[in-house]
Amino acid sequence: MSPDFHEIWVYLSASPLAGLTLTLAAYQVGMWVFERFGRRPALNPVMIAVLLIAAALMVAGIDYRTYFDGAQFVHFLLGPATVALAVPLYRQFQQVRRSAVALLVALLTGSAASALSAVAIAWALGASERTLLSLAPKSVTSPIAMGVSEQIGGLPSLTAVFVILTGIIAASFGTWVLNLVRVTDWRARGFGLGVAAHGIGTARALQVNEVAGAFAGLGMGLNGLATAILLPLLYRLFFT
Amino acid sequence: MLGTLTLLLSCQLVGEVTARLLHLPVPGPVLGMVLLFVGLLVRGGVPEPLQETAGGILRHLSLLFVPAGVGVMAHLNRLEAEALPIAAALLGSTLIGVALTAWVMSVLSRQGPDAETESDGAEDAP
Repeated sequence: MSPDFHEIWVYLSASPLAGLTLTLAAYQVGMWVFERFGRRPALNPVMIAVLLIAAALMVAGIDYRTYFDGAQFVHFLLGPATVALAVPLYRQFQQVRRSAVALLVALLTGSAASALSAVAIAWALGASERTLLSLAPKSVTSPIAMGVSEQIGGLPSLTAVFVILTGIIAASFGTWVLNLVRVTDWRARGFGLGVAAHGIGTARALQVNEVAGAFAGLGMGLNGLATAILLPLLYRLFFT
Repeated sequence: MLGTLTLLLSCQLVGEVTARLLHLPVPGPVLGMVLLFVGLLVRGGVPEPLQETAGGILRHLSLLFVPAGVGVMAHLNRLEAEALPIAAALLGSTLIGVALTAWVMSVLSRQGPDAETESDGAEDAP
């Protein structure tokens, strides 16, 4: 390695520039692949980007913490993006008000079913307690899920991984399972994706239909609230 | 753009501070969303710049999950050791969650006026 190149390498691995650029570039490759091959849900842009970045970091021998120093600027925008969900929500407010009872019942059923079935399946197959606790809040958007995970004794960073995987699964197989149970109402389809799969489910719903997108955003927000309030209470009830 | 970004951040900031002051279990950004929503209700409409900025951020919502997703690297050992329970739990619970939520919602709101009208083209549905 020539001294010049070494110097540049030292600079790059210490500054946030490389991680940030890598994140945006990998995501655009993911989007390109997704568009190029007919917007197939299985070619989820997030999944492609994550795999590309992880491979690049491993080849270059950079650890996750160093990468995240740069990528955190993107991660940070999750906060304002969550706030921005108020806009599609407001635009669909008339529809939301009309189906308030249905939304509330579906929210509580879906929220409880997602968390309980995740923990039950993993427990039945012999997962460790740490993993179980990290799985419970995986349906809600990562800042919320990580906070809840910490409160109940899970590993926040592991929960973040489960959150993303949940979103990718829903974006990839959501259409299939919704057709299977014969739900054709856009509001219900969107709401299901938002409640069970937070922002990635919402992004998928927004790609297809504005009504579905708004209800997905609503589902994501409501389940964020419900999970943040109910899971720590449930945990205290059962485990302490 | 600049003004609305400031607005979004301010809502989040108020949300974070409120959650901490009142020891609420609710995350700050969610309170911020509620705050902005109430603001829009009071104002009675979405200003054009806010519509644009919010639309811009939300169009690339999934990008924002990438950095946390790469965290998969840091947990490869655990994921490998518990691959089966984790994969089964994530796949099963996610499909159950999506399907059950949507199904309950569609059954309960079937009497709604436009429940079934704009729902053709299920192939392209989310």
